[in-house]
Amino acid sequence: MAAAPPARELTQNPLQKTWEPYDNGLPAGHSAQRGVCMTNCPTLIVMVGLPARGKTYISKKLTRYLNWIGVPTKEFNVGQYRRDLVKKYKSFEFFLPDNEEGLKIRKQCALAALNDVRQYLSEENGHVAVFDATNTTRERRETIYKFGEENGYKTFFVESVCVDPEVIAANIVQVKLGSPDYVDCSNDEATEDFMKRIECYKNSYETLDETLDKDLSYIKIMDVGRSYLVNRVMDHIQSRIVYYLMNIHVTPRSIYLCRHGESELNLKGRIGGDPGLSVRGKEFAKSLAQFINEQNIKDLKVWTSQMKRTIQTAEALGVPYEQWKVLNEIDAGVCEEMTYEEIQENYPLEFALRDQDKYRYRYPKGESYEDLVQRLEPVIMELERQENVLVICHQAVMRCLLAYFLDKPAEQLPYLKCPLHTVLKLTPVAYGCKVESIFLNVEAVNTHRDKPENVGVDRSREEALRTVPTHL
Amino acid sequence: MWGCRRRGRFPQGRRCRVCMTNCPTLIVMVGLPARGKTYISKKLTRYLNWIGVPTKEFNVGQYRRDLVKKYKSFEFFLPDNEEGLKIRKQCALAALNDVRQYLSEENGHVAVFDATNTTRERRETIYKFGEENGYKTFFVESVCVDPEVIAANIVQVKLGSPDYVDCSNDEATEDFMKRIECYKNSYETLDETLDKDLSYIKIMDVGRSYLVNRVMDHIQSRIVYYLMNIHVTPRSIYLCRHGESELNLKGRIGGDPGLSVRGKEFAKSLAQFINEQNIKDLKVWTSQMKRTIQTAEALGVPYEQWKVLNEIDAGVCEEMTYEEIQENYPLEFALRDQDKYRYRYPKGESYEDLVQRLEPVIMELERQENVLVICHQAVMRCLLAYFLDKPAEQLPYLKCPLHTVLKLTPVAYGCKVESIFLNVEAVNTHRDKPENVGVDRSREEALRTVPTHL
Repeated sequence: MAAAPPARELTQNPLQKTWEPYDNGLPAGHSAQRGVCMTNCPTLIVMVGLPARGKTYISKKLTRYLNWIGVPTKEFNVGQYRRDLVKKYKSFEFFLPDNEEGLKIRKQCALAALNDVRQYLSEENGHVAVFDATNTTRERRETIYKFGEENGYKTFFVESVCVDPEVIAANIVQVKLGSPDYVDCSNDEATEDFMKRIECYKNSYETLDETLDKDLSYIKIMDVGRSYLVNRVMDHIQSRIVYYLMNIHVTPRSIYLCRHGESELNLKGRIGGDPGLSVRGKEFAKSLAQFINEQNIKDLKVWTSQMKRTIQTAEALGVPYEQWKVLNEIDAGVCEEMTYEEIQENYPLEFALRDQDKYRYRYPKGESYEDLVQRLEPVIMELERQENVLVICHQAVMRCLLAYFLDKPAEQLPYLKCPLHTVLKLTPVAYGCKVESIFLNVEAVNTHRDKPENVGVDRSREEALRTVPTHL
Repeated sequence: MWGCRRRGRFPQGRRCRVCMTNCPTLIVMVGLPARGKTYISKKLTRYLNWIGVPTKEFNVGQYRRDLVKKYKSFEFFLPDNEEGLKIRKQCALAALNDVRQYLSEENGHVAVFDATNTTRERRETIYKFGEENGYKTFFVESVCVDPEVIAANIVQVKLGSPDYVDCSNDEATEDFMKRIECYKNSYETLDETLDKDLSYIKIMDVGRSYLVNRVMDHIQSRIVYYLMNIHVTPRSIYLCRHGESELNLKGRIGGDPGLSVRGKEFAKSLAQFINEQNIKDLKVWTSQMKRTIQTAEALGVPYEQWKVLNEIDAGVCEEMTYEEIQENYPLEFALRDQDKYRYRYPKGESYEDLVQRLEPVIMELERQENVLVICHQAVMRCLLAYFLDKPAEQLPYLKCPLHTVLKLTPVAYGCKVESIFLNVEAVNTHRDKPENVGVDRSREEALRTVPTHL
């Protein structure tokens, strides 16, 4: 029974305020700081399914979600590799099962993509790779599984099965007609060709089987999420992926994001606190009510934080709303209710550190944007489940939510523009999200502070405050 | 907290993180005997109550035991036993009646109807009952053919059943196996085609795979996620607080202090204790506060820091003594004693908030096997309440003293608790609820239960 070594010294990381052990003055890696060790070994997600079953839609969405929650993820679309290699798509005949030339090229593309997967996961610190191709034969899937094993990846299959002709037709309209493959075709020509393309795969399609594939880890999604078959979930990340996939849907809807009306502290250039609305803020609330009415939204859900200013805003709508504590504004800790000038006065070092890494910077006794994303994850999950929703929240919170929908990376997230009195209407379309920005015509202060040029701890007061927006 | 007016099911001023249940949910268990239905019912009920969804389970076997005082043999369950069938139907209806009362009259949100429900006919009766009363019905079926699993279940929970109190283990096992046979011929498992319009989850081989159909709303989605994360692999969960801190010594709450001399002693004792326990693949989790990390450091093994394991945020009262809180915020202090679970510190949190933020910890604890969680008093109370099924009123008063490890081991339908004091003295930080919680109480009445400190 060995005695435990003497406890190491702890120092607090000045940016993230986390306690880290030091050995002889050098940082010692012994603890993982994130919520939980997501991935001990990298994960290879393998899509499975006939064309137009939503594989790329799922790949992109899943990749976006995983990156947002902090798991480095990248998707590899084999069709894209094919388009890069074969400059001009001619017809479905490329995909005929007896087209030797086609088969050769397609295999070459799959291998090129797998090679890039290997580089991403084994050399570039990627945690999850999504291999997006039809992978409809057991033989192809075995090849990929062996590749995963050889490289020490955990493989998880995601199959989408759908026989509803209406769904397939809608998919073709949404994402195939506009594909580079059909840029010179009429819609009818494109649809006809694509249907024949699907036929090329059908004869050799071997769906994941409960018996034959009982030792694989997979989720089989049937009829766009009506039912799921889940087999051998191995670890935390696979469990989260399954939960996410089981909550997303494709029913058309819109998500409206806006901040509370202008508050009394906004006017004074102060951050945080729990103030009420200013006169103009109340005006905005009325304008918002009118706007929502005019939009004539079916079954709109309204969510607010538990801070007075968002609730006051919602009250003007005259409809039921739900309060979420996790939608509260970022906690600025010791800087709560200060102006930027006061922060520079009292905490110049903190102010500089924040500008150096605004995403990871945690206020003393407060939070970081990184913390915000963690606590907003249940909101995103519920937004995925819901249909039409209006979220009345706060600047930092809205930036996090927006970054999820628009796939903005951590570096850009804290600088996304979310001005007061402006509603962002987000509508999923094709593989992404359409954004409409509607300013409701009630003036408000600007609360957006750009990243200054000089972020060094030895900068002058003037350099630090140069980008502070005007206030009373 | 800013009150809001909400029309609908909830009383005025109730604010909910998310509207879990527009209409009540009826969960219907399905499966042959010894497939884990009661285990799942009880566990699910415990989880839902902990996250704040009023849930109750209704075990039809219990109704049968209350009605038929003495169990004779498996013959009661023979498919042609008219008397038996009559009594069993009577019990099912009595249980459904209680379900109706709970959901429609007593503000219950979820009822778990625990019986075999192995025929399509029986399930249709229940589904109609749900429809008539405006409930959403969700089926949970457990399918298992592994004889080892079934034998283990019988040993764990059937041999000790009141039904077999006068039998030897062999007699009990033999009778129970025949009981299972009584159900097999008429068993109609949930079918992908015939039952395609029902909402259900089919759990196969103790969680190796799942078939999920038509999840209708948030609560069903959460139930599915929970059921897909639990397992039955034997393991233990160790809960303890950080070693005694400098602020503990002074009777101050919160803050981010380091360990006292005795606290560091405890950390060493903890390391020794963990070594002696010889635990397979132990995971160690801490909060992001210095005192838990210092404690973990002494173990000399990798550990993971979770921000959500941080102690309850006492807001404006951070780093105060109870005397100072009484001095500066006597009204707040009284309100806290009136409802310690729901009370939120100004600019801080409540126990109710804590439970919300600890839910991912519970979910991950369910997924994991052997884990040591080094946390804080309020946090540990919340986690303990989950494992020991303690209601909200008791949760903030659970005893979680410093320098004491609680070893939790799942057994049968519950959790065995072993309390191990690691023999390093520490201050007492437990403040009982005082007799007088009125806002007009005296300073002395308010401070009577404050534990001694420097």
